[in-house]
Order: sequence, then structure tokens, then C-alpha cells
Amino acid sequence: MSARKIPAPPTNVENQDFWDACNEGKLMLPRCGDTGRFFWYPRKLSPFTLSENVETVEAAGTGEIYTYSVMRRSDPQYAIGYVRLDEGITMMTNFVDCDFDSLAVGMRVKAVFVEAEGGQKVPCFTPA
Amino acid sequence: MHTRGKAFIAGISEHPTRKAVDKSVAQLHAESARGALDDAGLSIEDVDAYYCAGDAPGLGPLSMVEYMGLRNVRHMDATDVGGSSYVLHVGHAAQAITAGKCKVALITLAGRPRSEGMATGTAPRNYGDASPDVPFEFIYGPTVVNMYAMAARRHMHEFGTTSEQLAWIKVAASHHAQHNEHAMLRNVVTVDDVVNSPVISDPLHRLDCCVISDGGGAFVVVAPEVASSLERDCVKVLGCGEAPKNLMSGQVDLTYTGARWSGPRAFEEAGVAPGDIDYASIYDSFTITVLETLEDLGFCEKGKGGAFVSDGNLISGAGKLPFNTDGGGLCSNHPMNRGGLTKVLEAVRQLRDEAHPAVQVKDCQLALAHGTGGSLGTRMGSSTTILGRADA
Repeated sequence: MSARKIPAPPTNVENQDFWDACNEGKLMLPRCGDTGRFFWYPRKLSPFTLSENVETVEAAGTGEIYTYSVMRRSDPQYAIGYVRLDEGITMMTNFVDCDFDSLAVGMRVKAVFVEAEGGQKVPCFTPA
Repeated sequence: MHTRGKAFIAGISEHPTRKAVDKSVAQLHAESARGALDDAGLSIEDVDAYYCAGDAPGLGPLSMVEYMGLRNVRHMDATDVGGSSYVLHVGHAAQAITAGKCKVALITLAGRPRSEGMATGTAPRNYGDASPDVPFEFIYGPTVVNMYAMAARRHMHEFGTTSEQLAWIKVAASHHAQHNEHAMLRNVVTVDDVVNSPVISDPLHRLDCCVISDGGGAFVVVAPEVASSLERDCVKVLGCGEAPKNLMSGQVDLTYTGARWSGPRAFEEAGVAPGDIDYASIYDSFTITVLETLEDLGFCEKGKGGAFVSDGNLISGAGKLPFNTDGGGLCSNHPMNRGGLTKVLEAVRQLRDEAHPAVQVKDCQLALAHGTGGSLGTRMGSSTTILGRADA
């Protein structure tokens, strides 16, 4: 069974640097410079203070499955989920290169970069 | 500004259609509006406020006020928070009436996703490329069903909720729908029927999902002096609450909803508690929607929803909390994939003693209607209203 092709993300001027880093195999997380707290998804203003004091930090790329669901009615099937990164934020993803029946809440996973339509690489996760 | 008892629902209408190949969206809105005004004993000349949400065609009020020939509108509100919009509109109309901005507010909903062949639950949902969260989620294929399925999975993980417990919610809805001649699904189903139906996106089965239907509905909220001038039984608006809930900057929690905030706001304004409610209309896009909402509104402890809904506890005449006695979205209809408005309608029927006799709650004094919009736990609107009889 071939995997579902991921559509090209609609990048824009605010998030282009995040996507460029993905193409280099780096998952960059935004962190509020005022509070020191990571947040998700990437943006140029901190959702904690609305200040532009936002830095980006390369994630370890590891975490655990918060929840997931396998879309049994689609062809091909695909597994969508939220991963809680070790840095403490939770992001949506697809689980790839694995047996969907082996997935479980709490399973350790690591980031891999998968080419979407058009060539942009996007972060996905696979069992660690 | 408290609005308790300062507005009344005077008229309601539910479009009987479930598949409207021969009618336009605007036409369904207008037919529903006419029904609600007729029910109240009012005319389009009396309407001085109009409310609608994203299902209304064109520029919402700017298009529909003209289409329906509403000539006296001096107040309008097109707040669109998905399926929760119309319960929220009850509160906004009560506020506008209390502030003296209007006396007769008309709220309408309509749509025809079934005739248009919309893949409502299984097509990836994109709120538009300019939506700032879309690049980071849409590419992974979030659909209505798998988003709610992920909430169900996490609830099961944290609280031990089972598919069988969720199934009881559909079972209760089906017991009610058998008496509704317009309901799409009128067969009474069992827990086994639900858990043995095909898995759409695990752990949700086909019968955990609501129907996809065309249709519409409308209601009229009026000032006290208008209510007292009408012959029709009017229902008093006692309390309203609303809340957004979202991804919380990356602190995602899918085990609770915005009802955690909208519910207490409504109960406080009404001056009542969950235990006082005789009947509840709970938004039911999926079984898990009902379960989390009941917990968040305080009908049971967080995490105990599975036990609460089991063994027929939501069935009118058998359980402690009769819910969705029209069959709800799970069995009757879900016009334009937005079930908030029909939740208000069945609550009004119960308070007027006009629900089907087989499901009418005896001496129903207090009812609650709750709307859920968007996607459970991640980008959602929650709205709660508490209604009572005119003498409440």
C-alpha cells in the first residue's frame, strides 16, 4: 500500500523560515523571549505577551503520542495524531513508516522529514 | 447587564425536509423564517433584528434581509462560530433586547450538504490558507471525523471510557428518533449495532457519527412586552454563556470542551444548577461530543461521562437526564452540518409540552440547550442557554 501524499503546505512570509529549516532537516520551535515558554504553531508574535521577542530553538525531535486516529475509510489509509514533544508543546502530525496497528498513546516517537507535493519537506513522526 | 428573564422565545420552526434537491439555500432560510413567525403570531413587519451565521448565502444579513423582505431591521448579528452559533445568538439577542436595541429578533439556519454531495466528515477540512494554523495542520489530513476520533481516543486513555459507553448515546437518540416522523434514522439500535458498525476513523464507528442532512430552522426571540401580547406560549431565556477553546499555544487538551466555561456562565445567570435541569439538548455531531459536553456542563464528574450515559440514562422516561428527544443530530437531522439551532427548538418544544407524547418530559420546567462549533477541543465554540417556562 502506498502512503498518502502530503499536500504542499501553504507557506507565507511569516512562516517561510520554519519551512526552510525543515528542508535542512531541522524542526525549529518558537519560544517566547519574554517568558521563556515554547509555543506552537510558529508565529512572529508571542501568544503569551504579543511581543515580537520570539526566538527559535532546534527541537530534539523526540516526544510521545498524545492521541491518534487511523482514517480507515480513506484510500490509502493514513494515521493522524498529536505528538507531545519533549520540549512540552503538542503538534499535529502524521505517523509514517510504521504498522498503524502498533501505534499507541504514550508511544515514543521521533521526527522524520517527508517530502510533500512540490518538494517541501514537512515534519512527520515514526516510532523511536 | 443581566439578561435573566428579559427575553422570550416566541416562535420556532424546523424545516421538515432532509433532502432538498428542489430548493435553494435562501429559500430554505425563508421558509423556516415564515414558519417561526407564523408559530409566534408575528409577521415580517414585526421583525426589527436579524441573526444568521456562515450558512447564510451571500453577505449574510445583507443578502437575507433583502431576500426575505425584512423592512424594519435596526439590529443584526452574523457571529459565526460554526454549529454553536445559533445557541450563542439566543444570548446575543437577549442582550440586544435588554439594551433596547430591538424587540423582535429572527434567527435562521439552512443548508443542503446532502443534495450537494458534500463529503462532510471525511474530506480534509481547510479553513483557508490565510488561517495561521492551517499550514501546520491541514497538510496532515484532519477531517471532522478523525479530529473527534482523536478526542475520543484520548478520553478513553485518560478515563477508561469505552466504545460501548459511547454507543449508549446513539442508542438513547435512536429510542427518541423512532417517534419523529421526519428523522432520517428511525430504527432503534443497540450497543452491539453501534460497536459492530464499520470503523470510519478509529475509535469512532459509523453509528457514532451524526447524519448528513439538508434542512433548516428558525426561531424568534422577543421582548417581554411582545411576549405578553402574543397568544402563543413563550419560553423565558434565563441564562446564556459562550466560550472559545483552541490549541492553547501548544498545550493541546482534547478531553474537555469550551462547555467548561460556557456552562457555568449560563447557570450563574439563570441562578440554577445542573441538577435542576429537566431536559437537555446537547450538541451531538458525534457520541464523544455529547459525553465530553455532559461532563463539562457539570451533569457528572469529569471522566465519569461513560458511566453517566450508560444503561439508558439519557432516554426520556427511563433515565435521569432525557436528552435530544427529537433524535438529535445523531438520528434526526444536522442541517448544513450545524446542529445548534435544532437544539434550541427541541428545548422549546419540551417547555411547551409539545414534544412527541412518547418522549415528552413530565412537568418540564427547566431546559438547557448547548451548541458546539468547529472541532472538539482544538478550535471550537461552545454556547449554552438555559430556558424556562414563561412563569419561571
